[in-house]
Amino acid sequence: MMYAMLFIRTMLARAYPRFAQVRRQPSWLITETLLPFLGVAAFAYVYRAMKAPEEYIGFVVLGGAMTAFWLNVLWSMGAQLYWERSSGNLELYIMSPAPMMGVLAGMALGGMALTMIRATVIVSAGILLFDIPFAPSSWGLLIAVFLVTLLALYGMGMMFASLFLLWGREAYHIVNLLQEPVYLLTGMNFPLKIFPTAIASIAIGIPLAAGMDAMRQLLFHVEGFLSVRTEALMLLGSALVFIVLAKRMLDYLERKAREEGRLTVRWQ
Amino acid sequence: MNEAIRVENLVRHYKRSSKKKKTTGESGPLIALDGVSLEVRPGELFGLLGPNGAGKTTLIKILTTLLAPTSGEAWVDGLNILTQPRELRPRINMVSGGESCGYGVLSVRENLWLFSQIYGVTNAVAKTRIDTMLDIVGLTEKAGTRVSHLSTGQRQKMNFCRGFITDPKILFLDEPTLGLDVNAARAIRKFVKEWLAEREGRTLLLTTHYMQEADDLCDRLAVIDRGKVLAYDTPENLRRRVQKYPIFELSWTPGPGDNLDPATIPGVRQAIVRNGDAAIDWKLIVEEEGVIGTVIASLMATQARIVSLKKTEATLEEVFLQLVGRGLDAPEDPAEGATV
Repeated sequence: MMYAMLFIRTMLARAYPRFAQVRRQPSWLITETLLPFLGVAAFAYVYRAMKAPEEYIGFVVLGGAMTAFWLNVLWSMGAQLYWERSSGNLELYIMSPAPMMGVLAGMALGGMALTMIRATVIVSAGILLFDIPFAPSSWGLLIAVFLVTLLALYGMGMMFASLFLLWGREAYHIVNLLQEPVYLLTGMNFPLKIFPTAIASIAIGIPLAAGMDAMRQLLFHVEGFLSVRTEALMLLGSALVFIVLAKRMLDYLERKAREEGRLTVRWQ
Repeated sequence: MNEAIRVENLVRHYKRSSKKKKTTGESGPLIALDGVSLEVRPGELFGLLGPNGAGKTTLIKILTTLLAPTSGEAWVDGLNILTQPRELRPRINMVSGGESCGYGVLSVRENLWLFSQIYGVTNAVAKTRIDTMLDIVGLTEKAGTRVSHLSTGQRQKMNFCRGFITDPKILFLDEPTLGLDVNAARAIRKFVKEWLAEREGRTLLLTTHYMQEADDLCDRLAVIDRGKVLAYDTPENLRRRVQKYPIFELSWTPGPGDNLDPATIPGVRQAIVRNGDAAIDWKLIVEEEGVIGTVIASLMATQARIVSLKKTEATLEEVFLQLVGRGLDAPEDPAEGATV
């Protein structure tokens, strides 16, 4: 009970700076919503000019919204512990009784909430501007798939965060390395089925790809790479695996970092 | 185990960066701690006195579970720092001088609240403690100011508050008054003394390179240099250790009798004589305290008038000079070139 309370307190406390940032730096709304939407709109107009099926514009809007979560996981989650170390906060977290998973969950919660705003703006603007034919076959299933996708994505983010602790600056290069291939493999702006089966089979292992493929099936009644149920189960499984791995890696890496003196940047 | 902190033969090595190896030509690991052993009693304010690079911060980081020793063992509040870090962490906290922690987007109060939450302090208790601490360090007016808008000194005061709002059983203060103005540093020293006096069983380990701070605050202190504890004891005993013979300062005006050479008085080992305009000043190092009676009697015999007499002690600076062989400000930083 005490542990659960401490976990929740830690999570909410660590999420708080992200909420405060929204209130105190309103320019964030422009850079995080308007600018990304311009990118989405450009793709949408390309499809419209090509007279592609209308659901393709829906793919772009959904892709734009979901990619915001992916970027958040990579940069704000993955790189966060590295940043916390540079600013001197990491040693305070490690030295405290707070569970590090609570710190990571707080980072995820804060990032998720903020990215939700960005995603909502992109989807809303997309619906209004492009008159996208959203017709969910099941709102309940859609929400469930969306939530389990976030769980898997942020579970992966927690795992990345642990790796950053070990790799430090090199992790930035890894993020850069991951960013573009994942854009391609997840089928951000096109259906996954376009890929040859072998490539699609690899891509479906990425939570973002599986989540988007399932949501597209539910929203636009198109054929997916696998069934919604299978993809949802895969997402749930990967979420659990990522979270367990994150916890184990965090424990291992904390021990390793203590041995190598990587938890702090300043010593005498 | 009754000690608040017990350290046995702690050794910590760091890898040297390849760049430093090239520039210095030194190879092999850099030795930050070299067999440190000491004990701190419960309720004690224990000081670590040493120059930059002596190993003070490395020792604190090991004791606060942030760094693993290369070898040796340590216990804090009876808990092994290597095998029981999770049990230990709720009982400790640390403040480092010059640290830049916190979130710039949050106010002082919000930052302190955040760091209280990770120790499970309830909101009501946190609020009371934050108010009290801000008042003590004179930061109440800045409670609502974003941390990114604070000066270095104000930020340091906030960090100082952070260490106390969790009411730790054992607190580590690493150069807590670094960069603070004289008044703020004085207020903090006063608070530290009171905090310890009002809370039975609380222990404080302080690192400093301010002699006066160590002398004013510490019940006992260890002089540390190049990763080794050279001596540890009460400041008084440390001074006595380097001062084998009593020292007296005597000021007097001559009478009609013959002038007296202090070196001729039995029991006077050394004398420094300064002839001032109004009086003659002697600094006498004597065999034992009773000799000063003979000195006074000899002067009185010449009908001299004693203006002042005081017994002086060696300062911590002299202790440090004798033990370390150089002053505290002389830089020698073995941390340079370490891989961190």
